[in-house]
Amino acid sequence: MEDNKAGHIERVLRNATGLECSVIQDAYGMFCMELPVNQIYATLLALYRDPELGFNFLTDLCGMHDPDKRGKELCVVYHVQSMTRRERLRIKAFASEDQPEFPSITGIYATANWMERETYDFYGIRFLGHPDLRRILNMDEMVDFPMRREFPLEDPLREDKADYQFGR
Amino acid sequence: MSAMKTNQEFLAELPRLARPEIPYTTLNLGPTHPATHGIFQNVLQMDGERIVHAEQTIGYIHRAFEKIAERRPFYQITPLTDRLNYCSAPINNMGWHLTVEKLLGIKTPKRVDYMRVMVMELARVADHIICNSILGVDTGALTGFTYVYQWREFIYEIYEEICGARLTTNMGRIGGFERDFNDIVFEKTRRFLREFPPVWQEFEDLLLRNRIFMDRTMETGAITAERALNYGMTGPNLRACGLDYDLRVHEPYCSYEDFDFQIPIGTTGDTYDRFVVRNEEIRQSLSIIQQALQRIESMEKVFHAEEEHYYLPPKQEVYRNMEALIYHFKIIMGEIDPPVGEVYHAVEGANGELGFYLVSDGGRTPFRLHFRRPCFIYYQAFPEMVRGQLLSDAIVVMSSLNVIAGELDA
Amino acid sequence: MGSEIKMSNAPEGLAGQGFFATTLDAAVGLARKNSLWPLPFATSCCGIEFMSTMSAHYDLARFGSERLSFTPRQADLLMVMGTIAKKMGPVLRQVYEQMAEPKWVLAVGACASSGGIFDTYSVLQGIDRIIPVDVYVPGCPPRPEQIIEGVMRIQDLVGRESVRRRNSEEYRKLMESYYVK
Repeated sequence: MEDNKAGHIERVLRNATGLECSVIQDAYGMFCMELPVNQIYATLLALYRDPELGFNFLTDLCGMHDPDKRGKELCVVYHVQSMTRRERLRIKAFASEDQPEFPSITGIYATANWMERETYDFYGIRFLGHPDLRRILNMDEMVDFPMRREFPLEDPLREDKADYQFGR
Repeated sequence: MSAMKTNQEFLAELPRLARPEIPYTTLNLGPTHPATHGIFQNVLQMDGERIVHAEQTIGYIHRAFEKIAERRPFYQITPLTDRLNYCSAPINNMGWHLTVEKLLGIKTPKRVDYMRVMVMELARVADHIICNSILGVDTGALTGFTYVYQWREFIYEIYEEICGARLTTNMGRIGGFERDFNDIVFEKTRRFLREFPPVWQEFEDLLLRNRIFMDRTMETGAITAERALNYGMTGPNLRACGLDYDLRVHEPYCSYEDFDFQIPIGTTGDTYDRFVVRNEEIRQSLSIIQQALQRIESMEKVFHAEEEHYYLPPKQEVYRNMEALIYHFKIIMGEIDPPVGEVYHAVEGANGELGFYLVSDGGRTPFRLHFRRPCFIYYQAFPEMVRGQLLSDAIVVMSSLNVIAGELDA
Repeated sequence: MGSEIKMSNAPEGLAGQGFFATTLDAAVGLARKNSLWPLPFATSCCGIEFMSTMSAHYDLARFGSERLSFTPRQADLLMVMGTIAKKMGPVLRQVYEQMAEPKWVLAVGACASSGGIFDTYSVLQGIDRIIPVDVYVPGCPPRPEQIIEGVMRIQDLVGRESVRRRNSEEYRKLMESYYVK
């Protein structure tokens, strides 16, 4: 039965967008999908519009940075949810650090607005088509993207906490 | 109330009102305004006393939780979750423990689940007490706040008996609780269940059919269910719009399916409905606490899962017992590798769906931890909710949304 | 029922038939310390503990501080409760500058005192980096008893302060070291 559910999502998406995709169910019962960046908007729109699936609730959107994956350093993770079917779907899309550009999905979900701004703020991922892509949590003057791995957690300007005090 | 225009009527007249020769007034509300109950800024464009547009600036207490979490072992992240929504810290703690247990595949005994349900519901009551009584303060009823706040203090006393802390509780461990509830916990909880409902009834009587309160809250900050869903609202704010989405029922976690309770919903999604929904949720929570209490007391006294690899051994054992010492060392030093995987787990926080997206690469710290903070997500809807309303309504709407700065900014 | 009003003790002085003489410092200090108007600059968790302190159970009003002054221009005591991020720093500084002399600052909680557990790029590591602090209250968050203790230590400072202190060279240098106008 479980496989059928994943297959059902695949079938609906194929019919709606005409693109191939594969949905798997992970060990924790979550449906997962990996997409190329250029298919995100069409797929999410199809998921949103399909009355049968009813994935009309964007639970979460966040970024991820893994410098070890060459060419796929940056990732955006979307969690969408179908309240009628009580299912959740995780969609991942990767981009390289050189061209961190994703389509904005604010046109589908109003809630994506701040989530995308937060992701931009933390990772420097540019969401094309976002109405107001500014920093949200950090100061506007900041130039770095603090959640990237190379950025230090601690304030680099501190002078009262020298490394030798911590055996570093 | 009838003389006042509704939001839609006002919007229809907006072009006429916005005469070009009279510019809009820009009003800065916050970041340190007593009525915002937290540190966030609203820049309002006002046409007379009507709000034409609101723009929020947040991030004034951004503390980089997610960055810290990438540097901390799992058990050290519990204190961070305390400081997300500090009005109901135990829910955050339990949510985090449940997430890690889901990743590790730990199955907790029923009694642990019920103990968790009990503290989570106590926390929900505590959170709703503060939200609703502050709504009273913002509409001019300070006395109700000081009256019911004593019972929040009483909940703190119960927390203290359980874990020793009042506000930022850091309660429980991965796999259960650090110790069993003592008799004082049960005694105090029973006293709370006995003596709090009449007090709350008094408070509710003060406001529920109060003409002033009704005029201030009805039809202010209304939002339709469709827009609320599109804005990602969850929790009491969504339920006030008429959608019965409650994770405790929708995706039962922590044995919530064993309890008998109802989900209150509103109809219009305005401030009054949010108030009433929270009131009723307190009643339902009290009923859940009652049921949990009965079950906990009648069951065999276990308070943690038998998972020596992940559950910290008691300290006195660590000093006497070799195995306990080894496990203590291994857990504290992060020698025990969690499985590689990705987990999304959500609990019904006091404000809505509190989600934890945990990515583990098998190391001692999470590879990535993202908190789905309900406040951050639904506060976006604020400009839409207050458009066309009075400035004083904006204060009431903000208060009834229960925006907690710690959760907003993370 | 007898009266439960507690009178504060008169300062040291010379008492006689129909008169009482004391120093101006002592008289002004006594008045000031028992009528402090606090400005609650509550940002996070400690602010909730401050609500406990203000409400019926702990009742800060017993110390003459029940009148919260939400405008800095009328406040005597700035109570900074909670994390101050770097984004918030300029706001805090402006609030401090807006307060009229004499003014005192109470840093409540580990975050306000030292940054606390949030040793991160975004958090100010203690408010004493931007404004002078009179009393620090440790704890994460401190219990209401501790906050009250902090207010009492402030009262001690206020009661003993010379009326000329704010005009002194030493005080001017302190303000200059913080670049406070």
